[in-house]
Amino acid sequence: MSNSILELNNVRISLGGKQLLEVNCRVGPGEILTVMGPSGSGKSSLLAYIAGFLAPVFKSSGSVLVNGENICSLAAERRRVGLLFQDPLLFPHLSVAGNLRFAMPRNAQQKSHAISEGLDDIGLAGFDDRDPGTLSGGQASRVALLRLLLSAPNAVLLDEPFSKLDTQLREEIRTLVFDKLRASGLPTILVTHDQADAESAGGAIHTLR
Amino acid sequence: MAQLRPQSTLARIFLLFVLLPHSSLTMAQAIDITDWPALEQQARGETVYFNAWGGEPRINSYLSWVGETLNQRFGINLQHVKVADIGEAVSKIVAERQAGNDTNGSIDLLWINGENFAALKENKLLFGPWAEEQPNFSLVNANRFPEMREDFTVPTDGLESPWTRAQLVFYHDSQWLAEPPQTIAAILDWSTSNPGEFTYPRPPAFLGSTFLKQAVLELSNKDPALFAPVTDNEFQRVTASLWDYLNALHPTLLRAGRYFPSSAAELRRLMGDGDISLALAFNPNEALLSVRTGELPESVRTYVLQGGTIGNVSFLAIPYNAQHKAAAMITANFLLSIEAQARASDPDHMGSTTVISIEDLDADTRWQFDVERSELAAATPEELSRKLQEPHPSWTPALERAWVQRYSAR
Amino acid sequence: MLRWASHSLIYLLAAPILLGTFIASLPAFGYFPPLGSTEFSLDAWRDLVEVPGLTRSVLISLISGVLTPLVSLALVFLYLASATGSRLDLWIRRLVSPLLSFPHAAAAFGLAFLIAPSGLLSRIISPELTGWDRPPDLLIVNDTWGLSLLFGLIVKEVPFLLLMSLAALPQLQPRHRIEVARTLGYRPTIAWLKVIAPSLYPLVRLPVIAVIVFASATVDVALILGPTLPPTLSVRVLSWFNDPDLNLRFLAAAGSLLQLGTSLLAVVIWLALEKLFGLLWRFWLATGNRHTGERLAFAIGRSAMPIVLMVITGSLLALVSNAFAGPWRYPSTLPSSWTIQHWANSLSDLSTPLFNTVLISVSSTLLALIIVVAILESERQSSKARSAPSWLLYLPLLIPQLVFLFGIIVATEFAGWQANLSLVIFGHLLFVLPYVFLSLSEAYRQLDPRWTQVASTLGASQLKSFWRIRIPLLLAPCLTAVAIGMAISISLFLPTQLLGAGRITTITSEAVALTSGANRNLISVWALVQLSLPILGFMMALFIPKFIWRNRSGMIETQ
Repeated sequence: MSNSILELNNVRISLGGKQLLEVNCRVGPGEILTVMGPSGSGKSSLLAYIAGFLAPVFKSSGSVLVNGENICSLAAERRRVGLLFQDPLLFPHLSVAGNLRFAMPRNAQQKSHAISEGLDDIGLAGFDDRDPGTLSGGQASRVALLRLLLSAPNAVLLDEPFSKLDTQLREEIRTLVFDKLRASGLPTILVTHDQADAESAGGAIHTLR
Repeated sequence: MAQLRPQSTLARIFLLFVLLPHSSLTMAQAIDITDWPALEQQARGETVYFNAWGGEPRINSYLSWVGETLNQRFGINLQHVKVADIGEAVSKIVAERQAGNDTNGSIDLLWINGENFAALKENKLLFGPWAEEQPNFSLVNANRFPEMREDFTVPTDGLESPWTRAQLVFYHDSQWLAEPPQTIAAILDWSTSNPGEFTYPRPPAFLGSTFLKQAVLELSNKDPALFAPVTDNEFQRVTASLWDYLNALHPTLLRAGRYFPSSAAELRRLMGDGDISLALAFNPNEALLSVRTGELPESVRTYVLQGGTIGNVSFLAIPYNAQHKAAAMITANFLLSIEAQARASDPDHMGSTTVISIEDLDADTRWQFDVERSELAAATPEELSRKLQEPHPSWTPALERAWVQRYSAR
Repeated sequence: MLRWASHSLIYLLAAPILLGTFIASLPAFGYFPPLGSTEFSLDAWRDLVEVPGLTRSVLISLISGVLTPLVSLALVFLYLASATGSRLDLWIRRLVSPLLSFPHAAAAFGLAFLIAPSGLLSRIISPELTGWDRPPDLLIVNDTWGLSLLFGLIVKEVPFLLLMSLAALPQLQPRHRIEVARTLGYRPTIAWLKVIAPSLYPLVRLPVIAVIVFASATVDVALILGPTLPPTLSVRVLSWFNDPDLNLRFLAAAGSLLQLGTSLLAVVIWLALEKLFGLLWRFWLATGNRHTGERLAFAIGRSAMPIVLMVITGSLLALVSNAFAGPWRYPSTLPSSWTIQHWANSLSDLSTPLFNTVLISVSSTLLALIIVVAILESERQSSKARSAPSWLLYLPLLIPQLVFLFGIIVATEFAGWQANLSLVIFGHLLFVLPYVFLSLSEAYRQLDPRWTQVASTLGASQLKSFWRIRIPLLLAPCLTAVAIGMAISISLFLPTQLLGAGRITTITSEAVALTSGANRNLISVWALVQLSLPILGFMMALFIPKFIWRNRSGMIETQ
């Protein structure tokens, strides 16, 4: 259990003098904040800002606090903010276990054991040595989720992670992702334009214009 | 070293005197060319960068044998630096002079003669005199053969050591041409009635330049002016008949004179392919050797023009800034030895003509130079005794330049 | 730090080229202290003007400088327009890298042995078809106007420009664009020429200019195939440099500046042609024509590559048959016997040059790879647009080699350096670098940035994601770049010869030295050795990733 808190204080992002968004919010442990808005409203820029790779052409101000600590001055890899993209983005040159091992902190104990346990937990027991190129869309999404969890983040960002899945699979993966994130007690921000995602997340909804 | 870094040289001398007062070691820079055993001592372990034309595989493999032998006997590592044109090596020495590199030259020994030697000698870019101090120099009998001390009429002054002899010969494919022309003038007559069957390498390729010199010698009836430094007036006067001759000859040549082969080897290839029926070479054994390797058909015969042909000697010289002068001299002396010269004149190896005076050898050693001349492709010794002297070296570039001026842009 | 390092490296590499050009030009104005000349004068230029046939030499250099890229580019574009996606195309794409690796000298020798009056082609058709029992007296190779030189250059540059085009194409999403144009009623070939060609050209412009400079200033190809009465300007300048008459140095220096000017003029003519074609293109686009000319374009495009392939195959055959030929009288189609004697004779001479060749090409290419990756990494991390001075990398391709190499020699000797292996490796690096950069930069820039972002969110440092993610993902393009770099290094002649002072011999320098000996059998042996080395490199570049990623289907697809 993580029990972290993610806070955005007066976060403003602008491009070419035009303000895209302004956000103030607090996401508690296991809570999922949904950010909605039409394309071009700056949803993805918000996630890039929090994760630490907003392009320099954007102007930004405000602070992002994780457990009260401002992470804005930290390099992306030291923020411990996990991110799920639209695609699973499993590294094609590593095995499933290689992908998971890559994500685990250097000092993690009993890595192999944690990996097989984690795979078992998401219904992919024995997939350790599989080539990620041979996984189905749903299997790849699960591995991506597990990889994120094993990297021991303090907060999680979801960038329309279900939009490329077909309807039935979307339901299944959505449930799995939200259940796992809640169970881990991670504060989560979900960016989507699918109303069903927002409803399933069950948390507060912030709408951008 | 003395000019560039006086302190370090002084320091070295100081160390040598203080630390090794009784040592037999001499200073690295000091070379006593009269003390041959000391030179051999000094040469051990040195590498000789020998710049020599690399276009002839037979010569290349002969030089590999020389390298192995030198290594075994004298501990000298011979590196044959194969150049396409020895002029490149001359340029290199000049570039080093330009950069003030007066002691660490990249060339230790080079194979030259004629205008290359004249240029280096005139610019004082050669080490020496050393050549006549070689124990093997006496073998050439320079008193009987003055060409051993004269390179294209320029005195060698001991700056270069004789290596091989060469003589202009003609060869023809008897399948297409049974009775080859015997004079320069006859070549024009024959070529006029048989167009496209003769050509010569384009000057300044040395065989092409030699053809020009042969032609001018014959057409001017060996004008004495040719053996003195060239002047504008003499050049105009002596070469007038040459240009008339070439103007008439060129339209009858292969490709109507719009193309000339680049080298002796390319000329040989044209002969081998049957493009031409008459060609020339500067090694009397060239046709014989090429028939053996199958490069030329067996119907090829060699001959010397009626009035004789140009012959010369090529030499080995050491640049003034050579790094390994001792080893270079040991190498030159070995190349002049009976053993090395005999192997060089063997058609199974290099197939050149020796500079050693064979008549002066006793019968026990002389047999090593007996070459099987029964083969039809070879010229007879009688023919080869008809020798013409090279003109003064200043004529070569003058002729080449005039040729280029007239014929290179048609 | 990374950024600073990569920038200073670029300047460090560009400096010797600019400085070399400057030093080489001093004697052109009479300043040459070693020959006792310390006063500036214009004598060398007066001599140069009086050189017989100079206009013709310059003209031939200009013609090959402009026509080579024009014809090559036209063939490549017509080919891409007509054959993209066809079975022929798949085949050609696989062959293009090995074709590129055919060293210039070897290709030129092969072509000469193929098309000469006594060449393989003539022997095949004689005497049955021609009645020739001796070679015809025709001026084919070394012809007066440099047509065989032009032909040889085109055969060599088509694969180069094709490879460069193929590397740049994906970012234009050609398939998508063609589909759009076809729904508007355009025939595919016309559609390609109208919607892809104008956006592709700017992406291959720099390689095209490199082709112009190379074609207008080549030495080795012109020595083998070019005219002789008079030769091209570059060949004449080299012969002046090498002339034992030391006073020709001034002429050579002035000539090398003239060479620089000639290459520049060729580029200027090209830029004018660019404008003209741009206008014509716009006019043609505006006509809205959807079919006219498609048949012709299709026919030329489809036949161009097979013809180029056949010529290269024929040249290869000519080399192979000569390398194993015993006595071979004209007009026999085949030698009277086959022999390995030529190989046996060269075996002992091959070992040292072979070792040097491998050593020089491997070290210069690895150095180039490190520098290129450092530049591309700093460009990526600074997240700005393309780094400004990277065009300086192309300098060695934009200034004729001959011009600055001589200056570099003088400069290094001023610095008191002996000719040595590291100097030769540095010289090779100058030429290898731009090609490694050309071949790697697109793949590197196009790598999906999300891979690195994912790695960062998983807590991986820049260093870790570089070594564990980017390098493995880019392994195949890196190996291809290495193969190309090594092929370039292997084919270099002038830098080895001049900077190594002839002491350091490679397969190529030895092969070209044999030119003056002109024994066709031996030249063929060396040319075959020369061209087998890069092919070996390309095969490794192809098979190493296939082997490493044999269980990683995602890696095979991305290639």
